[in-house]
Amino acid sequence: MPAMSTSTPITAAPTPAVPEPRSNNERQTVQRVAPTKISVQNENFFYGRTQALYDISLNIPERIVMAFIGPSGCGKSTFLRTLNRMNDIIPGTRVEGQVLIDERNIYAPGTDVVDLRRRVGMVFQKSNPFPKSIYDNVAYGLRINRLAANRSELNERVEQALKDAVLWSEVKDRLKQSALGLSGGQQQRLCIARALAVRPEVLLMDEPASALDPIATQKIEELIVELKKQYTIVIVTHNMQQAARVSDQTAFFWLGKLIEINPTERMFTNPNEKLTEDYITGRFG
Amino acid sequence: MVDSQANIPSPASAYGAAARAWNWRRALSPTGDRGDAVFRALLLMSALLLVLIVVAMIVAMWRNSLASINEFGFGFLTSLTWNPVRNQFGALPFIYGTIISSLIALLISVPLSLGIAVFLVEQAPRRAARPITFLVELLAAIPSVVYGLWGIFVLAPALREYVFPSLARTFGWLPLFQGTMTGLGMLTAGIILAIMITPIISAVVRDVLAAVPMSQREAALALGATKWETTRVVLANGAPGIAGAIILGLGRAIGETMAVTMLIGNRPEISASLFEPSYTIAAVLANEFREATGELYTSSLVQLGLILFLVTFLVNGLARLLVWSVTRGTSGTARAA
Repeated sequence: MPAMSTSTPITAAPTPAVPEPRSNNERQTVQRVAPTKISVQNENFFYGRTQALYDISLNIPERIVMAFIGPSGCGKSTFLRTLNRMNDIIPGTRVEGQVLIDERNIYAPGTDVVDLRRRVGMVFQKSNPFPKSIYDNVAYGLRINRLAANRSELNERVEQALKDAVLWSEVKDRLKQSALGLSGGQQQRLCIARALAVRPEVLLMDEPASALDPIATQKIEELIVELKKQYTIVIVTHNMQQAARVSDQTAFFWLGKLIEINPTERMFTNPNEKLTEDYITGRFG
Repeated sequence: MVDSQANIPSPASAYGAAARAWNWRRALSPTGDRGDAVFRALLLMSALLLVLIVVAMIVAMWRNSLASINEFGFGFLTSLTWNPVRNQFGALPFIYGTIISSLIALLISVPLSLGIAVFLVEQAPRRAARPITFLVELLAAIPSVVYGLWGIFVLAPALREYVFPSLARTFGWLPLFQGTMTGLGMLTAGIILAIMITPIISAVVRDVLAAVPMSQREAALALGATKWETTRVVLANGAPGIAGAIILGLGRAIGETMAVTMLIGNRPEISASLFEPSYTIAAVLANEFREATGELYTSSLVQLGLILFLVTFLVNGLARLLVWSVTRGTSGTARAA
């Protein structure tokens, strides 16, 4: 089974983000790759008695875009949701193995899940703004986490988040209006702004553009590339061109297994596995 | 001239053609299908029947209360005296009793019902939620006379012995909690009403909350919301439906007759104290209709019925207006109930 290839070393994936240090203490800073943000070790996942993920291990370096691709039901969304423990709310689910974020196992007993989810933000497949005003949507996370000391700081951070999500110019005159009056693409960018407002370290995106038209999709993709400078982004996508356009590394899931993980360029030009090639070239899925 | 006119159909014959072209099937169904037309006609009749019943009721009550309307005019609504012996009839004590007892019921029932519903939807494991839901729905099915009996033999004595004295000790400085405690009175009636409407409100609110999309909860949780904060998001989503549930409960409380008659003490007076007996419109109708002698007496009772009808109408209308004004800006999600 090609599943064995999950053990291929992927930490060594070269990321051009960090330039070679040229100072005197070069020897002490020989980090040629970005430090690992998320490290998953031998994760199994169960819905009741059904196993959905089999022995997944991978590392995600800091400040890159990692794309998960694979056919429907391959477990990529399930895996994404284990990174901020969103599956906890589904009764009967169980996780085995370790998920380390900044070298701390988020499934260790005593983990503050509320704090974890603030640090690991999430954008969903279907935009899900609250039935509140645009402003209140973005301010929500700031308010519940008490991240703004006063009114003016709150205003600033809401504005910054909307600017980061490239939505500010479109909504700045109607912040008090209902978020539900926005178009689909705007709503999704609002959800991204809402997630960015609390300044997470990692942003998980579950097919963020699957319900959007090409123009809105393009905007979201440009946004993702821009956000990479500040955030570690993990994106699940059905759209392989999208993965190729936005991501630095790509992981291919099939039937609950991680088949291959490689730099995106390599993945789409010369993948290790026959199965990956078949999927990418559209022979199945 | 005659020839030129011949080509233009006369108005009369055009009308005749139109009349011939009109047929009942086409009028009822765009396709002219017979089954469709019959179906549509049946539905239309059902809908019209409902309107007809409402109108007929209002007309009948209006006509039967003409004697008292002519005698007392608007004074009927503001008069405090209800003295059948002297043929003096005033509705204010009953209106007061009806509204206040219902408000007490809501005050107690709404927080309780929300608590039950939130527990069932957001907290309880499925194994516990199902039997509790069943029990709640069972409570709604108990006949009100049984509630009344239980109220007389269990609730009223318990309130008189334990609850009212401690209320009087703690809040005795308020006029609300002064006076004699017989156990039968406004507060007892309010409490029994609260118990009766809680299953209705909580069952509807439960459905409303269950209909709030999971994605709303996920949105809140993904931003670092606690369970409580997430619940508040869910409640905000369900607000219109929750308001609807409360209106439903209020309607039931206003019209409830048997249990209230057995527990409110049936004294047509307005008292500041909630311990004192009071009277509701529904209760006085049930109690006095059989013994009503004389046209004016009967007519006054019918007019009370008309007022109850209108109060219910008004409450529903106001509540709907409220819901509409609250949801106008943020429509689109969770339109359950």
